[in-house]
Amino acid sequence: MTQAPLVSFEGVAKRFGSYIAVQKMDLKIWQGEFLAIMGSSGCGKTTTLRMLAGLEAPSEGVIRLAGKPINDLPSWARDTPMVWQSLALFPFLSVIENVEFALKMRGVGRAERRRRAEQWLDRMQIGEFADRDISQLSGGQRQRVALARSLVVEPQILLLDEPLSALDAALKVRMQSVLKTLQRETGITFVYVTHSQSEAFSMADRVVIMSRGKIEQIGTPQDIYRAPRTRFVADFLGASNIFSGKVARDPQGRTVIATDSGQFALPGNVGVSGQPASLTVLDTRMQIHDQPPGGARNSVAARMVGEEFVGATATIYFETEAGQELRVQKSHEDLAGLPLSIGQPFHLSWAMEDGHLVQE
Amino acid sequence: MNTGNPANRSPLLHGLLMLYVVLAYLFVFAPILASFVFSFNSDRFPSIPLGQFSTEWYRAVAADPLVWEGLRNTLLVGVVVALISTALGFGAAYTDYRYSFLGKQVYLALALLPPTIPVVIMGLAMLAFLSRVNLSGDALAVIIAHVVICAPFAMAVIRLRLSQMDPSLEQAAWNLGASEWAAMRHVIIPFCRPAILGALFVTMAVSFDEFAIAWFVSGLNETLPVKVLGFLQGQVSPRINAIGTFVFVTSMMLLILAQLLLGHGPASRKE
Repeated sequence: MTQAPLVSFEGVAKRFGSYIAVQKMDLKIWQGEFLAIMGSSGCGKTTTLRMLAGLEAPSEGVIRLAGKPINDLPSWARDTPMVWQSLALFPFLSVIENVEFALKMRGVGRAERRRRAEQWLDRMQIGEFADRDISQLSGGQRQRVALARSLVVEPQILLLDEPLSALDAALKVRMQSVLKTLQRETGITFVYVTHSQSEAFSMADRVVIMSRGKIEQIGTPQDIYRAPRTRFVADFLGASNIFSGKVARDPQGRTVIATDSGQFALPGNVGVSGQPASLTVLDTRMQIHDQPPGGARNSVAARMVGEEFVGATATIYFETEAGQELRVQKSHEDLAGLPLSIGQPFHLSWAMEDGHLVQE
Repeated sequence: MNTGNPANRSPLLHGLLMLYVVLAYLFVFAPILASFVFSFNSDRFPSIPLGQFSTEWYRAVAADPLVWEGLRNTLLVGVVVALISTALGFGAAYTDYRYSFLGKQVYLALALLPPTIPVVIMGLAMLAFLSRVNLSGDALAVIIAHVVICAPFAMAVIRLRLSQMDPSLEQAAWNLGASEWAAMRHVIIPFCRPAILGALFVTMAVSFDEFAIAWFVSGLNETLPVKVLGFLQGQVSPRINAIGTFVFVTSMMLLILAQLLLGHGPASRKE
């Protein structure tokens, strides 16, 4: 990473009539990173990408590419190729003509054009299909053509708009590793828009989580997963148990959160007393006990209400006296000694450091 | 056609449907077929039993300088009309595809209106207007009047094709470095090519057949259908059958070509 960001959004907002697609946003994208922008549909992630590609004009703010403001630059004068959700391959051109397109538009000569297109087709392992029609290719092969078509100009940045959404699960995983390897080898900055947590977290160096036109959190996948910053992020990731309550002090003067299911200690001196807040605890970080655990761990009594087996792990569902639903994910070995049956009372515990206070 | 399991088909219903289709086609094509048959009949008047096979009426038509003049006018008008109305129709269809603006519904209604106006009214209006600007009786007058009638057909055909286009396609071209003009040339027009060719043939066929408006405005530069009426008013002759057959075959060929391009042509493959 260099000191200056490759792309910066400075106070960028986008409105469509009275609808606010993107609220005032500041975002820096660094040279050579794989950045995923994640959120559910309508969160503004695609609009953000389209503003960067020049297909939408920001209502306010400045977008810079390599330091220069690009607000007024038409799409074709930016060097921001995009891989489209529909792929948008040209159906009347052959595979290699599709890949040559951007070079042709830049006035590259016929022989040179062909040579570079062939190179990229080989690199994407679809060299043998050069003269085929697009309609003769499978979904995965089309994906590779779309990538080659965008990368043939060897840009500084590649934009990807949910490119894998049409593929089946197995192919998706294979393309993820193709994309990740490609990004690492070329050093091209990838900006990847997706609604899929697994795609974002498995490929990206940094993830931006958006909701209702606003950035909720930016961070590495590990950071976001372990310590979601807002209630929305915790909910969206779906991996955490969330207790709602108020920040308070216990008799010893420690910061706690008072919830309907009890008081729980928080790490450090966080939050303002009396402020509403939520506590998140990853479902893998909770322990199940058939006796009340001693020691300094937070704990809560809960009845088992269900179980679900997914491969090597199981998710056990509980409900507290106050009606709070909780889940715990464990390997089958960890669960072996426990008398698991529906309705059975247990105690769930977690270390203080595994709890994170998030904003409401 | 996929007929599935024949057990699911009632033979009676199937038979009735077949009969219906045959009768419907017979009703439509019998008069034309009769004209075709009598055009090769040696008898002076259409009557049964038929006389001998003969091409004398075709020879008589081919020897008539008036027919050649009419054909020349028709072809000239047809080709020019096809080119102009397809260009106009493409522009109108692309405007509809690309932009949304206040009054777009009115714009579309007006653009598609001309073929729904009764031809007599259209012809009279054209005559009144064109004579005022001193164009009536000129081949140019027929061209102008026919473009008005034909452009909506071209627009409809090309609009349909544009509606099948992935809306990201044009933006993808810009994104890859094509200016608006380059995207038009390298993406929009190639995508619409089958529809553009189809529109050329359809508009030429419409112009080729059009009689009423041409009759009003053509003056001395009569097109073939107008000439045919002239012959009929003079004397009934089997030559009419010969010309009729020729016009029918030509129009059908144009429409079949258009259909092939729009329906099953190799260039119409989709993504």
